[in-house]
Amino acid sequence: MDSHDFGKAILELEDITMQFGGITALQGVTYQVPPDVIQAVIGPNGAGKTTLFHCISGLLQPTSGCVRMNGHRINGLPPHRITALGIARTFQHVALFKSMTVLENVMLARHPRTHSGFLATGFRLPGMRSEEKQIRESAACFLDFVGLEDDAHLEAGTLPLGKQKILEIARALATEPRLVLLDEPAGGLNMRETEELGELIRRIREKGTTVMLVEHDMNLIMEISDRILVLHYGRHLATGTPVEIKDHPAVIEAYLGEG
Amino acid sequence: MNRKDWLLFLGVGLFIGVFPLVVLQFKAVSHYVDVMIFAGIFSLVCLGLSMLMGFAGQISMAQAAFFGIGAYASGILTSRFGLNPWAAMPVGVALSASVAWLIGIPTLRLKGHYLAMATLGFGVIVHIILGEEVEWTGGPSGLVDIPGLSLFGRPVTNDVHWYYLVWGIVFLALVFCLHVIHSRVGRALRAIHEEETAAEAMGVPTARFKLQVFVLSAVFAAVAGSLYTHYVTCLNPGSFNLMWSIRFLLMVMVGGMRSLWGAIMGTVLLTFVGNEWLQVFADFEVLIYGAILLVVAMFFPGGLVSLVPRWPGPRKDPIPAASDGGS
Ligand SMILES: Nc1ncnc2c1ncn2[C@@H]1O[C@H](COP(=O)(O)OP(=O)(O)OP(=O)(O)O)[C@@H](O)[C@H]1O
Ligand SMILES: [Mg+2]
Repeated sequence: MDSHDFGKAILELEDITMQFGGITALQGVTYQVPPDVIQAVIGPNGAGKTTLFHCISGLLQPTSGCVRMNGHRINGLPPHRITALGIARTFQHVALFKSMTVLENVMLARHPRTHSGFLATGFRLPGMRSEEKQIRESAACFLDFVGLEDDAHLEAGTLPLGKQKILEIARALATEPRLVLLDEPAGGLNMRETEELGELIRRIREKGTTVMLVEHDMNLIMEISDRILVLHYGRHLATGTPVEIKDHPAVIEAYLGEG
Repeated sequence: MNRKDWLLFLGVGLFIGVFPLVVLQFKAVSHYVDVMIFAGIFSLVCLGLSMLMGFAGQISMAQAAFFGIGAYASGILTSRFGLNPWAAMPVGVALSASVAWLIGIPTLRLKGHYLAMATLGFGVIVHIILGEEVEWTGGPSGLVDIPGLSLFGRPVTNDVHWYYLVWGIVFLALVFCLHVIHSRVGRALRAIHEEETAAEAMGVPTARFKLQVFVLSAVFAAVAGSLYTHYVTCLNPGSFNLMWSIRFLLMVMVGGMRSLWGAIMGTVLLTFVGNEWLQVFADFEVLIYGAILLVVAMFFPGGLVSLVPRWPGPRKDPIPAASDGGS
């Protein structure tokens, strides 16, 4: 199905079907994501892109099929376990902790890499203090990485949408994922912000994190993605490089047919 | 703890410290020491409830039941089996914690207000058991002959000693809770409150944290119940009914949902209102509480704690610690 050989897949989707009552949001999707790429997932509204991300991150249980990360089955695990195993995500509709500060949002995301519980924190045991310090420092580094360091102490809910989208990314990265799922990160961004976002996504991949990207902004997709998966009515419609997809007759028809 | 906490600590600590010395000078109000002992005991319950409801966003309608489990466990074990109160207290705490754990496991796995429903039912059941199991609890006529507390081999009989004992425990509990809130665990609890799905997706085991904070609230309530038992030395199921669970909720809400300091302020205020100032209006108690809640919701939605003046001077350290949320 795929003409490119990228070596062993970091993520394998095998025959994923997701039904909501009578609606079939995903229908037998089989696909492999190789490591260290920017993998775009596109498709018209309602194609099942967000549902696919939910199935990968464990927020939804596929009706049938199997999700594997580095060869290990992960569907069926609770979402926090999947995050700890190295898959993080952002949300299409921003889901920040709005009354917490920007820094605290990122500090929260250090959760799967830290340990102190009620007793350690309540009694301020020595290990907890150094851990708290380390959480604060590494969270600040992730803010630096995305360029939000100046907003660290603002309440997350007060940021403009563009910065909230970037904060979502910083928060996902702070869990130290090997695969990060970005659901429409450019939605609501202006042109300059979108350019910077493209730059940021490239830097994420250079750090050795595989990126899966759902986006409607075709310029961005064509510019930065290594491979594209096209979904249409929950089915796998086409796969290929940006150049291949751009001229793919079925894809053109799917998008034209919609409008 | 941050700067604001330290200042509040100083202020509130000073107030609590000198309170008995002052009111004992005036005969008309000298029994306020007794009221404040109850306020302290209830504050323990409300600190736990504030962690559960104000920070983690989970509502329990059964705090009076956990309070009652701690109280009756202590009362029965000491009066009928001659156990030392300090040995009976942990038994009540363990019992209360286990029950909370059993209720929490199925209900907190789900999103939504299932805990409120389950605890509502549970609270009613506990109240009925306390009234019906006459052989154990003394039933409606009450459990009597409960010994008082001893500390370092000497019985605590003086109200002032009780006062400092109870408020000492409240401050220890408060410091524990403040430390939890300003940490990884506190951030997880607040995140669950705000965006449970996102918290889970960021790696927070939300069900486990909700369960743990619920058990913690049951532990605090049981400790308070045990202290209550040995202070009043007789128990009656009426102190552990649904109305009391609602009073505890009100105390936290009136004080300020998102502040541990607020929980204490609300508790002290409503204890005075209920035990002291509005005794003559006892029949209208629910009405009055309703009115207080309405006024708070309309005019200071942050609760009493939002009336604490902002402290002058530099407030921003370069990377300030998590706020208690009460400002
Ligand atoms: N929880 C749900 N219950 C019922 N139907 C759902 C649910 N979630 C998604 N769907 C349906 O599944 C289909 C796929 O939705 P999904 O959100 O995955 O689309 P999408 O590709 O992300 O679209 P968009 O580009 O608009 O974000 C849609 O028809 C949607 O209505
Ligand atoms: Mg979507």
